[in-house]
Amino acid sequence: MSAILQAHALGKRYGRRQALAECTLEIPPGHVVGLVGPNGAGKSTLLKIACGMLAPSSGRIEVLGEAPAGSPAQLARVGYVAQDTPVYAGLSVADHLKFGAATNPRWDAALARTRIEQLGLDPKQKAGRLSGGQRAQLALTIAVAKRPELLLLDEPVASLDPLARRTFMRHLMESVAENGTSVILSSHLVSDLERVCDYLVVLVSSRVQLAGETEDLLGTHHRIVCTRREASSLPAGLTVVGATHTERQSTFIVRGPAEPPVGDWAAESLDLEDLVLTYMEHAAEPAPAAAATPSSTDHTPENAR
Amino acid sequence: MGEPVIEFHLDARSGISPYLQLVGQVRQALLLGLLAEGDKLPTVKEVVAAVAINPNTVSKAYRELEHLGLAAAKPGVGTFITRSLGQASLAEHGPLQQELRAWLVKARAAGLTEPGIEAMFQSTFRESATHAEEET
Repeated sequence: MSAILQAHALGKRYGRRQALAECTLEIPPGHVVGLVGPNGAGKSTLLKIACGMLAPSSGRIEVLGEAPAGSPAQLARVGYVAQDTPVYAGLSVADHLKFGAATNPRWDAALARTRIEQLGLDPKQKAGRLSGGQRAQLALTIAVAKRPELLLLDEPVASLDPLARRTFMRHLMESVAENGTSVILSSHLVSDLERVCDYLVVLVSSRVQLAGETEDLLGTHHRIVCTRREASSLPAGLTVVGATHTERQSTFIVRGPAEPPVGDWAAESLDLEDLVLTYMEHAAEPAPAAAATPSSTDHTPENAR
Repeated sequence: MGEPVIEFHLDARSGISPYLQLVGQVRQALLLGLLAEGDKLPTVKEVVAAVAINPNTVSKAYRELEHLGLAAAKPGVGTFITRSLGQASLAEHGPLQQELRAWLVKARAAGLTEPGIEAMFQSTFRESATHAEEET
């Protein structure tokens, strides 16, 4: 199957501000993709371009093999929920479903009704009187009942309390399991994403810093703690993403083969949050060297101290 | 849809990949006798709806259980436990436990503290698990 989202040198400029730059991505289908980065990194811009609400200033993008919002058929295949899960305050829950049915060719009325029942929402309730969690669930219901192949969610849980977050994610994952929908959801908190995402895109200062399957990323990044040394004295094949030093000790976050080649250091695995934060800090520094391909992976393991 | 036979949970701080945590929980339940041959594991949809994790994680865990010979998928029906690892099996391994006790005594005598013992066990365990994986 072809990529759900393919971008080449995508850029977006608001006047003099570059919101997105040189964004090149190829996201395979069947994933729940976490788009993570600090506020103002360009996450919303990328999602708005992907759903066709914004036109890029430069570069190319295809979503499900077509230009975003290039045709009514393409529009029907992509669902989008904007930041803070907006709903029409003056309309009732039932009105929202009616509106969804009238505007979406593949609308699944039974699914929408069942979900609203499961959530315990009163169809006559005005959306403006729902809690934040209920509003998010209503917006998700409409997006899911549209039966999209790709669901784009911009910070869907940012304004929700922890319980509502968990509930929202449970329902989202349930519909992914049921319909095989691909999802791209953004957040500035890794903790929101780490259980649900199996693909990660890190966006910092309008640029993509890292993209790939979560498990691969975790498997190829390590923290090396060793006696103080320069990054240049590390074995070839390791790309240094982050480095800190004390008088005696150096700590490196590296990308490369797993086994530590010498005895006076310890290599540990990273959790997703550490990994993402390292790339965010790294992005604030001068441009990195291109990642070297490891020439050899047969380092002899030594006992870590 | 009856009550699920097992409930999964995830520990984000454990450093163990989520799918292996699920595999471990099934093993644990088997060892404790909470799961037995013929039990139907919850569907992927049921698990993700309860735990809010990626469906691929659950599928991967179930494939691993099949690979380990602990479960089998019946297409369109579900995934079923195919082997019991009841308490009887732990009791049968009394001699192994004896050896482990003796080893622990030696380790303490050699000056290893509890965290040291744990670290050595973890690293050796992981190492031999990787080797076992390479051999199969």
